[in-house]
Amino acid sequence: MPKYLLSVYGPAESNEFGNYATKEDMLQAFEDTGAFNDKLVAEGYFVFADGLEPASTATVVDGQVDQPVFSDGPYLESKEYIGGFWVIEAPDLDVALRLAAEGSKACRGKVEVRPFQTEDSFRALLES
Amino acid sequence: MTEPAVEEAIIQAHRGEWARVVAALTRRFGDLDAAEDAAAEAFATAVERWPRDGVPPNPGAWLTTTATRKAIDRLRRESRRDEKHQEAQVLFDDDPVEPLGVIDDDRLRLIFTCCHPALSPDARIALTLRMVGGLTVPEIARAFLVQETAMGQRITRAKAKIKAARIPYRVPTTEDLPRRLDGVLAVLFLIFNEGYLATGAATEPVRTELTAEAIRLTRLVRELLADARGEVTGLLALMLLTEARRPARISATGELVSLDEQVRGAWDRDLIEEGHRLVRERLIAVAAGGPPPGRYQLLAAINAVHTDARDARDTDWSQVVALYDRLVRIDPSPVVALNRAVAVAELDGPAVALALVDRLPLESYHAFHATRAELLRRLGRRTEARNAYDRAIELAGNTAEAAYLTRRRSQLGAPDGK
Repeated sequence: MPKYLLSVYGPAESNEFGNYATKEDMLQAFEDTGAFNDKLVAEGYFVFADGLEPASTATVVDGQVDQPVFSDGPYLESKEYIGGFWVIEAPDLDVALRLAAEGSKACRGKVEVRPFQTEDSFRALLES
Repeated sequence: MTEPAVEEAIIQAHRGEWARVVAALTRRFGDLDAAEDAAAEAFATAVERWPRDGVPPNPGAWLTTTATRKAIDRLRRESRRDEKHQEAQVLFDDDPVEPLGVIDDDRLRLIFTCCHPALSPDARIALTLRMVGGLTVPEIARAFLVQETAMGQRITRAKAKIKAARIPYRVPTTEDLPRRLDGVLAVLFLIFNEGYLATGAATEPVRTELTAEAIRLTRLVRELLADARGEVTGLLALMLLTEARRPARISATGELVSLDEQVRGAWDRDLIEEGHRLVRERLIAVAAGGPPPGRYQLLAAINAVHTDARDARDTDWSQVVALYDRLVRIDPSPVVALNRAVAVAELDGPAVALALVDRLPLESYHAFHATRAELLRRLGRRTEARNAYDRAIELAGNTAEAAYLTRRRSQLGAPDGK
């Protein structure tokens, strides 16, 4: 079945309660997201999901040269970064979009839906 | 058969069968690209063969069969290149053409796929005109004043997204249908409006190929969606009643003629009658307990009131304002409020209307300034009117409209106090 990456975007700067206004908001979002994850598992869509540490903890590595070059911070400077993601299996984009809308509501963030390459699309690349 | 008759048969077949052929092939091969190419090849074959062999008794079936063979030939060629795909040959065998009912349904699938909300509005319009309307890429590019290569890329990118992201080829579920149908109608209305009030300095003020295509596609959607017709019927009536006024809308000198100055005898009576018939059909359906009218039905009803008046002075303005009141309730956008204010001016006078208009956040909309200019003019505030005309002309994208506003400004007379 086709796989989709659902990335959650949030502000670069976060307060003491993650990206949430209050501690209660944060706990409620965690609870709602947990319930959404359970549903994904129960209905057979779930492949993987996790949250990320802030973008400021990222390191970019360029290994194309003799000595790998490391640089501090995320690859692109932005006001918003990926804060977490799901990998789901869904039969088509309509299902993926419906699930993304539910996930977005649960975690209180905008979600980008992006299809994974498939065997077919990869083969088309090889044949091109 | 004479050559012009064959030519006419090919044009007819293209108009009537293109969407059917693309839709049937898309379902069968699961690939818009392959369906489009094969359909184009089949029509090219018809152009070559029909003058020689005669027009087949069932052109639609002939085209679908020919296109299917072309698609299968191509798949076989491609699979021969790759031994691993030999099984594809078994999959795509040369079945007879499907019965008509299923194929009709396919056209609806095609429309919903082309108007999918995951595609950009520009891409939805271009894809619908290409895949459902059968317009060529150069035709679409010309209609929207976009470079041909750019328009080609827009369509190619949209098809690639449909394929890679797996935008499904189906009619939405009952639950999603109203919202998704709104999206389809919005695309058709955008096509119509671009034709009716074309933008661009070096272009015809009205592009009939777009208005005609929008009407044709709306008729098709209405035919296919017999169960959910209310707003589709409303949109079709709105388009017909708008199109009916086209002959009176641009003067011999290329100037837009406002509704109250139009020669009403030049309106297309057949289109008006059909539009009125559709509006009555909806009034009866709503009176019989159907769902309340949406924005297109209300806009159609407003246009029915206008086209019902033999003279602009006979217009039933209280009816128009009442319909706008209902429209404002379901669509509280400032543009609707602006149009309502124009009707209010006829009923309660320009001062009341101007007070309504001045509240609207439409600083960058040409019609806002044009409306203010007319109201200020009627109130004798000529200096302010002139400024408002200036701003409206600056913002107007349509050549005929700019010409009309320029004349109105020149007829203002001397500024205040002189």
